[in-house]
Amino acid sequence: MTPTLAAPALPKSPRSRKKQLITEAIVVAVIALILLFVMPWIFAQAGQGVRVNQLGRFLALAIAALGIDLIWGYTGLLSLGHGLFFALGGYALAMYLQLQPLPGQTEVPIPEFFTLYGVDKLPWFWEPFYSFPFTLAAIVVIPGLVAAAFGYLIFRNRIKGVYFSILTQAALIVFFNFFNGQQKLINGTNGLKTDTATIFGVLVGSPPVQTTFYALSILFVIVGYVLCRWLTSGRMGRMLVAIRDDETRVRFSGYNPTGYKVFVFAISAILAGIAGALFTVQSGIITPSSSMSVAFSIEMVIWVAVGGRGTLIGAVLGTLIVNFAKTLLSEQFPAFWLFFQGALFLIVVTVLPMGILGWFRTTGWKFIQGRFGPQPIETYPSLELDPEVEYERETIEHQQSDR
Amino acid sequence: MTQLLEAVFGGLSIGSVLLLSALGLAIVFGLMGVINMAHGELMMLGAYTTFVTQNILKATPLAPAYIFLALIAAFLVTALVGLLLERTVVRFLYGRPLETLLATWGVSLILQQFVRSVSWQFVTGLGIFCLLYFGAQSLLAWKTDFDRVRNWFIGIMLPLSAIIALVVSNVLGNAYKLAFTKPWFGTQGVDVTAPQWLRGGLVIDTYQLPYTRLFIIVLTILCLIAVYWFLNQTAWGLRIRAVTQNRAMSACLGIPTQKVDAITFALGSGLAGIAGCAVALLGSVSSNTGQAYIVDTFMVVVVGGVGKLVGSIVAAGTIGTLSYVIGSNALSPLIGFNEQIKAVLEFFATASMAKVVVFALIIVFLQFRPAGLFPQKGRTVDA
Repeated sequence: MTPTLAAPALPKSPRSRKKQLITEAIVVAVIALILLFVMPWIFAQAGQGVRVNQLGRFLALAIAALGIDLIWGYTGLLSLGHGLFFALGGYALAMYLQLQPLPGQTEVPIPEFFTLYGVDKLPWFWEPFYSFPFTLAAIVVIPGLVAAAFGYLIFRNRIKGVYFSILTQAALIVFFNFFNGQQKLINGTNGLKTDTATIFGVLVGSPPVQTTFYALSILFVIVGYVLCRWLTSGRMGRMLVAIRDDETRVRFSGYNPTGYKVFVFAISAILAGIAGALFTVQSGIITPSSSMSVAFSIEMVIWVAVGGRGTLIGAVLGTLIVNFAKTLLSEQFPAFWLFFQGALFLIVVTVLPMGILGWFRTTGWKFIQGRFGPQPIETYPSLELDPEVEYERETIEHQQSDR
Repeated sequence: MTQLLEAVFGGLSIGSVLLLSALGLAIVFGLMGVINMAHGELMMLGAYTTFVTQNILKATPLAPAYIFLALIAAFLVTALVGLLLERTVVRFLYGRPLETLLATWGVSLILQQFVRSVSWQFVTGLGIFCLLYFGAQSLLAWKTDFDRVRNWFIGIMLPLSAIIALVVSNVLGNAYKLAFTKPWFGTQGVDVTAPQWLRGGLVIDTYQLPYTRLFIIVLTILCLIAVYWFLNQTAWGLRIRAVTQNRAMSACLGIPTQKVDAITFALGSGLAGIAGCAVALLGSVSSNTGQAYIVDTFMVVVVGGVGKLVGSIVAAGTIGTLSYVIGSNALSPLIGFNEQIKAVLEFFATASMAKVVVFALIIVFLQFRPAGLFPQKGRTVDA
C-alpha cells in the first residue's frame, strides 16, 4: 500500500466537530440545489438538453463509485466485480417495469419477449416482482445478500489482495454468462427495455418521470454520501483503515476483521444495486453486456482512482469527470477512447496515486497558497536545504516493505 | 469407450491451452505477486505475430514449417513487449499489487485498440513522436541537470511533438491515401490456417482426434519441460526460485533482484506469446481473443497456488476436464438415474453454464484449501 493514503480522522473536540458538520451539510445542500434547479436550466440555455439525462445517469453511477471508495479507498479491497451488484439492482427494477400494463391495457400481460421463445407461463422468480414494495426491497436486499454470502465465503478464509480481485472478476463473468445465456428466463443478450414500460400508469421515458429519477439520483448520492461519511468517521472508519493498512496486526490486536469486511462489502454492493436501478431507468435498457462486462466494473474503480480514493467527494467528482470526458471524447474521436482510457489508468496509478483531490490537498493547495496567499512560514529553512536530510527523507519515504 | 476417450481428450486439449496460457502468469505471480491483466493481450499479440509470419512466408519454400518460425517470433515479440512493460510501468509499482493490476489493465486496453487501429499512418506518427520526445529528452539529460527542467520539458515537448507527429502523419495520409491509412488488421478477426500436415486428424474408431489439438498438447509438454529445465537447471532459474522464496534474503546475498524481475516478466510474456500461437490454430483471431481466456487462466493460478509448477498443471487439467465434461453433458449417461438429475445436467450442458458450475466448485474448493493446491510452506508466505 502507498504510505501516503489519507489517515483516519483524529477525534476532535465535540464543538469544532459539530461546527464542521454543519458547514459540510450546508455545502452539500447548496450543491444539491444547484444540481436540481440550476444545472438543467443552464443545459437548456446552452441547447444541450440531452446532457441533463447524462448528468442524471452519471450521478447514479456516482452512487456505485461511493461504494467502491468505501471498500477500496478505506478498506483496501479491490473489487473488480461490482457490475454484478449493479446489474442485480438494475434487473430487479427492470423486471418490475416489465410486468406493468402497457398504455391502453388494463390487464398485466406476460412480458412480450417471452412469446418469442415460446414461453407461456411466467417463470416462478418473476412472480414477486408484481409487487412494488417487494421490488424496492429487492433492489437493496438481493445485491446485499449475494455480496454478504460471497464475501463471507472468501474473507472467512483470509483470501485477500489480488486473489480477492480475481475471484470477484470471475464471479462477474459467471453471472454474465448466466444472464447472457438464459433467453427463456430473462431475455438473454437482448436485456430488458424500460423506457417503453409504464410506472404508476405513466410512461417511464416521459419527461416528468425522468425528472423524478434525476431528482432521486441526487437524493441517493446524498444519502450514500452521508452513509459512507458516517461509516468512515468514528470507530468503524478507523477499523476499516486499520484493515487496509495492516490486517495481520488488526488480527493480532484481538479483532476479527471478517465481520467488518463482509459488512462493508455488502454495504457497497447495496449502493451499487441502487445505482444500477437508477441508471437503468434513466438509460432505458439494461443488458448483460452493458452492465456486467469486465471493462465496466474496472472502469468503476478508475472513477474513484481519478477523483481520489479515500475521499468520498473524490469518488463523486471522479465519476462525473471521467464519464463526461468519455462522452465528449467518444463523440469526437470514437476510435481513440480506449487509448485515452488506457493512458488514464497508467497516469493515475503512476503519477497521481491519490487522485485529483489527493493531489490538490497536498501539492495543489500549497501551490495556490504560495502564489496568492501569505507565504507559508518555514521553520528551520536550513533543514529543507540540507542534502543529507533531503536524501534520508527520500529514501525513507520510498522504502517499501520488501517481502 | 469412444465417449470416454472423447471426454478425456477434449478435457486434455482444453486443459493444455489453459496451462500454456497460465504458465507465464503463474511464474510472474509467484515471483512478484503481480497479476498481469495484459497477459491475455500478450497472447493476442502472439496470435497476430503468427498471422503475420504466415503471410510473410506464404510464397516461400518455408511455408509448410511456418508454424515453428511463428512460435519463435511470437516468443520474441511478446517477450520484448513484456520487457518494455516491466521496465516502463510495472517496475515502479512493486509492493503495490492492486495498482499494478489496474495499470496492466490500462496497458491491455491500449494494446487492444492498438491492433485495431494500427496502420502505416499510425506507426509513422508514433515513430515521429517517440523520436522527437525521447530524442530531446536524452539530449537534454546529457547536457543539463534534467531534474530541474523536467516539468518545463514535459509541458513544452509533449504537446509539441504530439502536434508535429499528428500533422506529419495526416499530411502523409492525405498524400498516399488508402494504402497508407488502411488498418493492418482492423476490427474484423483474421484467420490463421494450419499448415497442410496439421489438418485432419487421427481417426480412432468413430472419433477423430484433430492434429492441431494434438500439436498443442505436445507443444504444452515441451514448454513445460523447457520451463522446468530453465527453473531447475540454470543459474538464472536458481535465482528466480530464490527470489520467489525470499526476496529480501536473496537481495542480501547479492542476487540482482531487479534483473531477475525483468527476466521473469519477459519469460512469462514470452510464454503468453507461445500460448497465443497455439490459440491462433484453434480459431479466428481478433483483438478480443485475449479476453476470452484470461479469466480461466486466473482461475488456474488461484487453484494451483503459487511457486510450484505442478500446482498449475493439476489445476489446469482439472478445470479443463471439468468444464469439458460438464459442458458436453458427458456425465448424463453415467449418473442420470432419473429425469430430474438429467434435466439439471441438461441445464448446465453449455460451455458458459459449465463455467458457472466450475466457479462454484472453485469457491467450495477454496473453503478447504484457501492457498491453492500446493501452497508454499513457511512464515514468509503470509505477508
